[in-house]
Amino acid sequence: MAKVKIRENYHQARWDEPIIYELSTPGERGILVPQPEREIREEAGDILSKLPENMLRKEKPNLPEISQKHVLAHYLHLSQETLGSNLNNDISQGTCTMKYNPRINEKLATLIHEVHPLQDESTIQGLLSIYYRFEHMLKEISGMDKFTFQPGGGSHAVYTAASIIRAYHESRGELEQRNEVITTIFSHPCDAATPSTAGFKIITLYPNEETGVPDVEALKEAVSERTAALFITNPEDTGIYNPIIDEFVKIVHEAGGLCFYDQANANGMLGIARAREAGFDMCHFNVHKTFGTPHGCSGPGTGALGVRSHLAKFLPVPTVEYDGEKYYLDYDRPESIGKVRGFFGVAPVILKAYCWTMMMGADGLREVAEISVLNNNYLQKKIEAIDGVETWYAEGRRRLEQVRYNWRKLYEETGVGTDDIMRRIGDYGIQHYWTSHHPWVVPEPFTLEPCETYSKADLDEYAAVLERIAEEARKDPDFVKASPHKCASHVIAKPEELNDPSKWALTWRAYLKKHKKEEPSLG
Amino acid sequence: MKLGFIVNPIAGMGGKVGLKGTDGKEVLEKAIRLGAKPESPIKAKKALEVLKPYMDEIELITCHGSMGEEEATDLGFKPRVIGERKDKVGPEDTEEAAKLMLDMGVDLLLFAGGDGTARNVYNAIGDKLPVIGIPAGVKIHSAVYANHPRSAGEVALKYLRGEIKTIREAEVMDIDEEAFRKGQVTAKLYGYMRVPYERQLVQSLKAGRPEQEEAAQDAVADRIIDEMEPDVFYIIGSGTSTRPIMEKLGLPNTLLGIDIVKNKELVASDVGEKDILRIINGQKAKIIVTIIGGQGYIFGRGNQQLSGEVIKMVGKENIRIIATKGKIVSLGGQPILVDTGDDEVNRMFNGYMRVITSYNEEIMYRVKGL
Repeated sequence: MAKVKIRENYHQARWDEPIIYELSTPGERGILVPQPEREIREEAGDILSKLPENMLRKEKPNLPEISQKHVLAHYLHLSQETLGSNLNNDISQGTCTMKYNPRINEKLATLIHEVHPLQDESTIQGLLSIYYRFEHMLKEISGMDKFTFQPGGGSHAVYTAASIIRAYHESRGELEQRNEVITTIFSHPCDAATPSTAGFKIITLYPNEETGVPDVEALKEAVSERTAALFITNPEDTGIYNPIIDEFVKIVHEAGGLCFYDQANANGMLGIARAREAGFDMCHFNVHKTFGTPHGCSGPGTGALGVRSHLAKFLPVPTVEYDGEKYYLDYDRPESIGKVRGFFGVAPVILKAYCWTMMMGADGLREVAEISVLNNNYLQKKIEAIDGVETWYAEGRRRLEQVRYNWRKLYEETGVGTDDIMRRIGDYGIQHYWTSHHPWVVPEPFTLEPCETYSKADLDEYAAVLERIAEEARKDPDFVKASPHKCASHVIAKPEELNDPSKWALTWRAYLKKHKKEEPSLG
Repeated sequence: MKLGFIVNPIAGMGGKVGLKGTDGKEVLEKAIRLGAKPESPIKAKKALEVLKPYMDEIELITCHGSMGEEEATDLGFKPRVIGERKDKVGPEDTEEAAKLMLDMGVDLLLFAGGDGTARNVYNAIGDKLPVIGIPAGVKIHSAVYANHPRSAGEVALKYLRGEIKTIREAEVMDIDEEAFRKGQVTAKLYGYMRVPYERQLVQSLKAGRPEQEEAAQDAVADRIIDEMEPDVFYIIGSGTSTRPIMEKLGLPNTLLGIDIVKNKELVASDVGEKDILRIINGQKAKIIVTIIGGQGYIFGRGNQQLSGEVIKMVGKENIRIIATKGKIVSLGGQPILVDTGDDEVNRMFNGYMRVITSYNEEIMYRVKGL
C-alpha cells in the first residue's frame, strides 16, 4: 500500500504585497485613451455639461495610478496568496460540499457569455430549454412540482421561501395570527435569519444531548396556532440524519404550518430520499454545492427553490414555461411575490449545473450520494482514532455525508484549540478547515465533508495531517499556537482593532481617515 | 502595569484524595493526612510563566511566602511583597491581601484557587477591580476562572498590554461545603466580578461577545416591558439578564434578590418568600427569571425566594425564562434545572420550555426538576 504523503515542504507564496493604492505613482497610466479628432471635438462640444448637475462629480475619483504590467503582477501576487477551490484538499469545508467543478462546463458556459438578459425570448430558446429541462430534473430529484432559479444563493432561496410562506398565510387571512417560525440550532443560521428578516418570530429547538437532534416533545411544545412554518436542515450540520423528519412535518402541518426543507446538505441523499415523501411543501438546493458549479466566494451561485403545486402561484416572476411549440418567460402571475433578483437567474450557473447533472445521469446521482457517505464514514473512523478528538451525539449511529468533531479533550490537555489547529493545517498545503456556525454548541469544533470527488489518498492525507498536528500540540503547543508558519499571512497584527469602530476600515478612504488622519489627495 | 498576584496554597488539595474541597480546618488536616500535596502553586506558576518574558514591564505585587512570593521568585520575578509573613494562612489572608492590592491601585488581580478563593476575593473587592482566576481548586463553578492555568496567564498578559478591552461580568457562586459533602448540592449566587473577555481563553463552552450579550439582554428587556399587562404583578428574579428590565423602567434593581413591579412601578424590593405570597395574595402575576450558575438553575441558587408555594400561586404558565444565547450554550447541552425544595413543583417542570433570547427570538430547551 502506498505511503500516505504529508506535504512536509509546502510553502505558500508570500509577497509582502502592498495595498494597490500604495503602488500608485502620480502620473503613471496603464492605458492612454486616444483623444477624439479635432472635428469630432468641435462638433460634440462640452459633453460633460450635458449631464444633469446632480450626477456630476465634485471631485475626481481617487484611483490608483499604475501601469498595466504592475496591475497584472499585483493581482497575480494576491491570487497566489489565497487557496482557491479545486486547488487543494477541500475536505476542510464542511457543509460547503466542495466537489470538483468540471472544466468542460466552464468551457460550455462561454457559449452564452454574450447573451443579454433582456434579449427577445425567440433568440434564447436553447437557453430557456435548458432552464426548463434542469427544472424538470430537480422536480424528479426532490418530488416538488415547480422550481425557480431566481435566488442568487442558498440563503436567498430560504428568504424567498419565507416570503412565499408570508404570502400564503396572508392570502388566507392568517398572517397576523401565524407569526412564529420554528427551526433548530444545528440547521443553517439562515433558516432562522431569513424568516426573521421576513418579519417572523423565531423559535429555535435545541437538541437532545444524546441523539443530537431535537426531541419530538420539544417540537410539540413549540407548535401552536401561532406557527407559520418549520424551517429545517436535514441532515443537520452535524451530519446526523433525523429519521423521523416526516413526523416533524406532520406535527407542524396539523398545527396549520407549512414545512420548508433546507437541502444544502443534499449530497448524501441524492437518489435515496426526497422532500416530497417526507411531506415537505418546499425545498431548496445550493446548485453550487450539490450540482457541481463553482463556489464563487459570494457568487455566482444559485439557490434553486422548489414548491408543491399549492404554492406555485407565489413563486417569483418570471417562470420558464413551454407551450408545446416554444419556451417563454411567464410574467402573468398575479399572486407572485414579485422579484427577488434582477432578470431570471444566473444563466451560466444553470447551464453548468444542467451539464453536470446530464454527465452524472440518474445512476450517477445515486453514486454521488453513496460515495460521499462512504468517504465520510471511512474518514470518520480515521479521525476518531486520533487521540484528542471527540464526536458528540448519536453514539453508535452512522453519520451521513459530514461530521462535526471537536478538539475539547486536546484543548484541556494542551491548551491548543480548534482555531490554532485550523491555522496550522494551512502549513501542510491544506485549506484551513471550517469550525462551526455560531454559537459553538459543540466546543472547539471542526466540521469535515469529504464529498464524492476525493480519493482514498486524499482522505488518508487529511487524517494523517490532523494526527500529526495533534502530536505537535502535545510536544510543542506554543509552536502550534503561533501558526501558521508557512502561509501567506500569519496572525492579525492588531486583532483588537477589528472590534473597534474607530479603527476598523474596509476601504482605503476609511483607512486614511481613521489611521493617518488625511484626506486622500485630489488629483 | 501593576499586577496583583494571590495564591491560595491549599486550594485543590482535596481533589485527588477524594475530598470535595478544603474549606475548614478539619477537612484540610484530613487531606494532609491522606497524603494530599499542594496543587495550587504548580498551577499558579503555569500561569505566571506566560508573563515571565515581560517581567520588566510588569510591577508584580504579591503576598508573603506560599501565597505568591515563592511562586514568583521561583520563576525569577522580583515582586513587591505585601502583608504579614505567617506560617499558616487562611481565607482572611486572601481577603486582606486583595483589599491591600485594591488600595495600591493594581490594574488586574490574578489569583489561584477555587470557588472559596473567588468568594474571598469578591468579599474584599467586589467589582471594583478586574480579576482573572487560575483554576486550581477542586470546585470551580464560578465563572471568574479561565479554563486553563495557561489561559489565565494569557488573559492577564493581553489585558495588561491593552490588547483586551472588553470586560464581562462573571458569576461568583458559593457552594455550601457542609451540605455538599453530605451529597447535597446547594449553592447560591454570591455576586459578580469583572473579568477581561477573550472568547477562547475563558470558559471554552461560552459563546457570545459581552457586547452582543448585552445588546440581546437589552432587546429581551424591551420585549418583556412591551408585553407588560396592566394590573398584573411582575416578579423579577435575580441576575444580570433581568437587570435591564428594571433599569429601563427607571426602577432600583436588586441584582441578587427579587423585586416586584406592577403597572411599571416598583411595588417592593428585595423580597423574601413570605413577602411575595402576602403581596401577590392570589392575584394575577408573572415571574421573570433567568438562568443562574454554571449548572443552570432558574429556581434555587439565586432565586430561593421563589419557592414551591410562590410558583403554585403564580402558575407555571405565567413563568417567563429569559437568558442570553451564550448562557444557553455554556450549559453544554445539560438541561436547565429547577430545585424549589418542593418535589411536586419540581416535577411540573420536566419537559421543554421556551427561553426568550432576544426581542423576537426564543429557544425551546429542556428543563429538569430535581
